[in-house]
Amino acid sequence: MRKAGTLLSVYLAYMLEYRAELFLWALAGALPLILLGVWTEAARGGEFPLSPGEFARYFLMVFLVRQATVVWVVWEFERDVVEGRLSFRLLRPLDPFFDHLAAHTAERLARLPFVVLLTLLFFALFPEARFLPEPGAFLLGLGLTVLAFLLRYTMQYTTALLTFWTERATSVEEVFFLLYLFLSGTIAPLEVFPEPLKSLALLTPFPYLVYLPAALLAGQEVALFPGLWIMLLWGVGFLLLSRLLWRLGLRRYSGQGA
Amino acid sequence: MSAEPIILAQDLTKHYRVALKEESLLATLRHFLLRQYRTVKAVEGVSFQIARGEVVGFLGPNGAGKTTTLKMLTGLIHPTRGKAVVAGHIPWRREKAFLKKITLVMGNKQQLIWDLPALDTFRLNAAIYDIPEGEFRKRVSELSEMLSLTNKLHQPVRKLSLGERMKAELLAALLHRPEVLFLDEPTLGLDVNAQVAVREFIREYNRRYGATVLLTSHYMADIAALAERVLVIHQGRLLYDGPLAGLLERFAPYREVGLTLAYPLPREAFLAFGEVRDLEGLKARLLVPRERLTERVAEILKSLPVEDLEVREPPLEEVIAKVFQSPKEAV
Repeated sequence: MRKAGTLLSVYLAYMLEYRAELFLWALAGALPLILLGVWTEAARGGEFPLSPGEFARYFLMVFLVRQATVVWVVWEFERDVVEGRLSFRLLRPLDPFFDHLAAHTAERLARLPFVVLLTLLFFALFPEARFLPEPGAFLLGLGLTVLAFLLRYTMQYTTALLTFWTERATSVEEVFFLLYLFLSGTIAPLEVFPEPLKSLALLTPFPYLVYLPAALLAGQEVALFPGLWIMLLWGVGFLLLSRLLWRLGLRRYSGQGA
Repeated sequence: MSAEPIILAQDLTKHYRVALKEESLLATLRHFLLRQYRTVKAVEGVSFQIARGEVVGFLGPNGAGKTTTLKMLTGLIHPTRGKAVVAGHIPWRREKAFLKKITLVMGNKQQLIWDLPALDTFRLNAAIYDIPEGEFRKRVSELSEMLSLTNKLHQPVRKLSLGERMKAELLAALLHRPEVLFLDEPTLGLDVNAQVAVREFIREYNRRYGATVLLTSHYMADIAALAERVLVIHQGRLLYDGPLAGLLERFAPYREVGLTLAYPLPREAFLAFGEVRDLEGLKARLLVPRERLTERVAEILKSLPVEDLEVREPPLEEVIAKVFQSPKEAV
């Protein structure tokens, strides 16, 4: 516990050193807010499963979920390997998985004020997005957001471990990011997907990274099951895969000369 | 030497496979389809033992295999062959108990968090190594006093001078009070004062806590000041293991004669007496075989316009350079 507390407090201090950057990063994540404008306008004119107000709420929640689940561990890991800094991490009695996880968690806390500020700003700009959430669904949505962060982190950490073989794991991540962008519900809620595509998407891990928690937070009618099981299954799968890659990767790294 | 060595290396060997590639488009394509490899023998059958509390210098030119050996002993790389036991553990199993007993400081790499005060990195390490709060404070104040770093702990690391940063690196690396210190070029790039300070600190740390130190350095002064025993490695093989003084005996069977002349002379005038290392104006430096020293000095005094004459041990750097030029003189 003390270990986790100290890790968080030091990394929080570290992240606060980058206040200006954090603000820009938070702002750079404003894509859903732009899409919010596009979709609410579209919904005013055409036939859509969601009303303009529902679209606005959904994209606002997408914005918040994405802010809470930003992950960059693959870049960090790749740099560590290329610059030989991984050796320092390997000499410490702490698995880098947890070290990076602590840094990511601390960044969430440092980013929070900017996110609140941006949210208030957009409430002012899009009054139709204002709503009073239902406590039960909202709490569930928050819990799922935490799970979504852990899933995204574990997925990207698994990709990061490919650095042991290619040194260009970030390129693999960029391919994943394309899939993420389309299938996660970042660009459009799954309600507007054609039925076969939607069913297919729901079998991948991506909708659970954004769509499911955002829809719950926005108070939409969504089925929690079997989605939650699929999400957990992917989570356990990636966790096991990452442990395996870590073991094999270390053997390779230490065989080649660290 | 006590019964049980704290570092044991037996026939440690590391071979790497390096992909070969020539420069041309065709070669690039061939490289892409069918890679060819070459085996590099970084370390070849190195064996030694180090007793608890010893300070041992590790000498060798760049690429001799020093760092590879250190990486095997710290568990960062697997040897191709051979055995190592450090503080009772097989290093490359990387057990937590082992990691808590050792530290590796690399002069060319840093672990301190650049934008935060060094104290924050120390706090982080204290948490990672399970050091209780009270003990942590005690150790920081003790070590920062030994390093004269007390009033620098609250400044961001990027604002520290190179020397202060190295001291803070040492503090961060020693907070968990390791039994075995692997120091790879700890004084790299430091000015003379900082070098002396780091050196003094390592000596004091060894004395106070009985820690074992294996140290590589390009600065012979570091080795001379700290290590009574040296290991010399060249092209992956151990050439010498013994006292520093013995290294001079074995590889420097000559003395250096420094001369101050009444008037300048051409180089040819000295050739009969020894090898001319240096000749500038009125100053000359000759290397004279040890067994002919008396006779040569007498001849010099008789035939040259000598104002002053001094006989010295040759500089360690030159001895080492000679060792590396003639690897066949292996022990």
